[in-house]
Amino acid sequence: MLEIEIDGTKLTVPNGTTVIEAARSIGTHIPHFCYHKKLSIAANCRMCLVQVEKAPKPLPACATPVNDGMKVYTHSDMAVKAQQGVMEFLLINHPLDCPICDQGGECQLQDIAVGYGGSSSRYEEEKRVVPNKDLGPLISTDMTRCIHCTRCVRFTEEVAGMQEIGMAGRGEHSEIMSFIGMTVDSEISGNVIDLCPVGALTSKPFRYTARTWELSRRKSVSPHDGLGANLVVQVKADRVMRVLPLENEAINECWIADRDRFAYEALNSEQRLTKPMVKQGGVWLETDWQTALEYVGNGLKSISRDYGADTVAVMATPHSTVEELFLLNKLSQALGAGSASVGGRYADERLAAAQQGAAWLGQPIADVAQSKAVLVVGSTLRKEQPLLAQRLRQGAKRGLKLAILNPADDELFSAIAAKLISRPDQMVEALAGVVKAAAELKQAAVPADVAAAEPCAAARGIAKVLVDATAAEGDRASVLLGNLAAHNPRAAELAVLANQLAAITGATVGWLSEAANTVGAQVLGLTSGNLLSKPRKAVLLFNNEVEFDSHDGQAALAAVKQAEMVVAFSAFKHGAVDYADVLLPITPFSETAGSFINMEGKLQTFNGVVKPLGDSRPGWKVLRVLGNLLASEGFDFDNAEAVRKAALPQGESGVAAKLSNTVNGVAVTLQAAATGLVRMGEVPIYQADALVRRAPSLQKTRDAAAPLAGLSPATAAQLGVAEGDTVKVQQGEAQGSYTATIMAGLADGVVRLAAAHPTTAQLGAMFGSIQLTRA
Amino acid sequence: MMLTPESLAQIDREVAKYPADQKRSAVMSALRIAQVEKGWLSSDTIKFVAEYLGIAPMAAHEVATFYNMYDRAPVGKYKITVCTNLPCALSGGVDAGEYLQKKLGIHFNETTADGKFTLKEGECMGACGYAPVLLVNNHTMCNHMTPDAIDRKLAELN
Ligand code: SF4
Ligand code: FES
Ligand code: FES
Repeated sequence: MLEIEIDGTKLTVPNGTTVIEAARSIGTHIPHFCYHKKLSIAANCRMCLVQVEKAPKPLPACATPVNDGMKVYTHSDMAVKAQQGVMEFLLINHPLDCPICDQGGECQLQDIAVGYGGSSSRYEEEKRVVPNKDLGPLISTDMTRCIHCTRCVRFTEEVAGMQEIGMAGRGEHSEIMSFIGMTVDSEISGNVIDLCPVGALTSKPFRYTARTWELSRRKSVSPHDGLGANLVVQVKADRVMRVLPLENEAINECWIADRDRFAYEALNSEQRLTKPMVKQGGVWLETDWQTALEYVGNGLKSISRDYGADTVAVMATPHSTVEELFLLNKLSQALGAGSASVGGRYADERLAAAQQGAAWLGQPIADVAQSKAVLVVGSTLRKEQPLLAQRLRQGAKRGLKLAILNPADDELFSAIAAKLISRPDQMVEALAGVVKAAAELKQAAVPADVAAAEPCAAARGIAKVLVDATAAEGDRASVLLGNLAAHNPRAAELAVLANQLAAITGATVGWLSEAANTVGAQVLGLTSGNLLSKPRKAVLLFNNEVEFDSHDGQAALAAVKQAEMVVAFSAFKHGAVDYADVLLPITPFSETAGSFINMEGKLQTFNGVVKPLGDSRPGWKVLRVLGNLLASEGFDFDNAEAVRKAALPQGESGVAAKLSNTVNGVAVTLQAAATGLVRMGEVPIYQADALVRRAPSLQKTRDAAAPLAGLSPATAAQLGVAEGDTVKVQQGEAQGSYTATIMAGLADGVVRLAAAHPTTAQLGAMFGSIQLTRA
Repeated sequence: MMLTPESLAQIDREVAKYPADQKRSAVMSALRIAQVEKGWLSSDTIKFVAEYLGIAPMAAHEVATFYNMYDRAPVGKYKITVCTNLPCALSGGVDAGEYLQKKLGIHFNETTADGKFTLKEGECMGACGYAPVLLVNNHTMCNHMTPDAIDRKLAELN
């Protein structure tokens, strides 16, 4: 520990603390631009100059480590004069166009200029002008305002993992830009908007739509991935204008992913459903709630009576709130239809039955990157979990060994210690090899069902990483299962193997929950079974667009089309216009109170930030009325909180008791090496839920481009397909034609063709067999 | 393939001087070698070099635009860079520049119509004692460039 005195206040700080951090710890503010606690030190803006006793000149507080006995003056004449001097320099080339700048009112340069700047400038010469850059659909630039702090540069390199922004030229000719002809494509790129201390980088969708002081700020929780990033939703005249991160070190740190930030555009989309609608004689008619709900109630009653209650299927997605899912499940059970399902994308019926609790991360989010080694099984990690991938990246820099077992060797912008690339239908055999290799390394008993496995060199490599990482007492490792594992037709076997691997190595098993409330849905007892595998007479779809939210879009669509009555509860007019009989406008997360349980089992509640649009109503209210209408007991709730109390009587502790990654009763059956082509049908990042699908700016990003048919070089050669060829793809009856692309890191025999996209929704199973020929 | 095997072999030699995980340290040499082969550094060339070294294209672009001996636009067969910094300026550097402009009929940063000569202004080359100095194609240093010496040099290049 070191002793330091700042403006006369004595304190002790750990070795290695910088003066700016020491000052911050006692609430002394030192003006700064380039310093950021999550980024490396650049010390290039010089705004943080302070006087240090015995130093002949002012020193930058952000880059000066504390020495024992140091005396620092942040407001002495010398310090203030230095700070004013720097301010004058910074403003020389700044356009001072605050009245037309989106950053106005929340600009660090503006704020600090008020404190340290002069009221007029001594600079009379010409200012420089810097041309704006095209950084893509999300970030707008006014580069003349840039003060070259390089926060944006360091963010892309250090946090996002790939230096997409840089400073070209030098001296007076320095310019911040992306590489010629390239945009900033990171899935967490929007954070540079928050980081930029001036108005050089601002939000493109938000541009010129509101001033910061007109906005009211309301807390919320991101409804996308299983992380549950904390949000500040900013509202003007009952309309969501933009979304910013709410700092929560334990969950999202100070970042949010682009979908957390820009998906709000969908909330105000033209496609919002604002009136209940009923189809009569093939024509959609707007109606009132009473008529619509009575229609639904009567329809459900007569179908249960005529065909039996088990001909009704109730399906949601795990993006719905705890309150909605609880009531939906209750309604489903009250109808006699059994549990509602959120598992449209799951393909292994054994998994739900074998799971002994709600599958979760197995540990707090913040602990994941503290592991010594992490094996990620089946995940397009950066796209499924943008911020968790970021955490792992930081971990990898500190020495965490990251290993992957995946059908594709996607760029993670992290050092990879070991990898095993395997076809989706052979991931079980691959993981079994890792289990066996680990057991041999540990000289532990090889589990009987993997005894026949033949570990390849890569499998042994992964096993060694895990075994080495857990060699010392107290060291932790994790085996994390992603969406490509969860949606795999052999998911239950993968879960068994992950548990075996954990038992052998002492690692923790975790699931990277797909959606905001995946854990919540399981805690509430919803199933992940595919309810459409047998024919149904009535289908209730809650936030569920079957063509996008199912493992086999083609089969699901056929199933709902043959049903007698389909009721779609949705915030948007979607594909259901073709196949539903009733459309009930429910609100998105921004217009309802609710809660999500994130992947670490944390219950996060939020309130609506704006009023429901048009006649739309919060889902829980609609379900309450429908429940009462169907004359079931126990649907009388006054508010969302009362629903939550009923859903989770013991609150978060009750949740904790239900979390478990144990699976029982599934046997691993190793199969011979697969032949033929198999599909890798991941869900693209901007197709994962109803909101991102309708956010125009996200849809303009490269990640939202129409899916290509990816093939490994060897497979492409075998099929006689070259980059850019048009290929015909067939799954069962369904077919489509796509552009082929050669992907170096893809497993052989795989056709990588994303699911859940308008151009691929008509195809079959996400991980089913597939035919491909050159067109 | 963007660069010839010879150039790539040279780059490999530079890369080998650094630890395997720090290939980016070779970026300056790699850009220099690429420029010798191509004559100048197009965005495509920079991108190729970056990918060859496994670094972000922008990281190589930063280097290529920071140092003025990298040419980001095509230059003539001979690029003549005259030092006009203060010590040279006091000893005839500016005159040498003016003489060259008159003689070649071009301004700084221009290329003669026959594509033979490009004229550039350079920064201190650490040879102030031999002023006026100039560089031919980044690699050949010429000292005491009085008008006579310049005439002889140009004749030799022609
Ligand atoms: S654009 Fe903004 S964040 Fe980037 S260097 Fe300029 S001022 Fe800093
Ligand atoms: S904050 Fe210290 S130099 Fe920029
Ligand atoms: S000033 Fe010209 S070489 Fe130094």
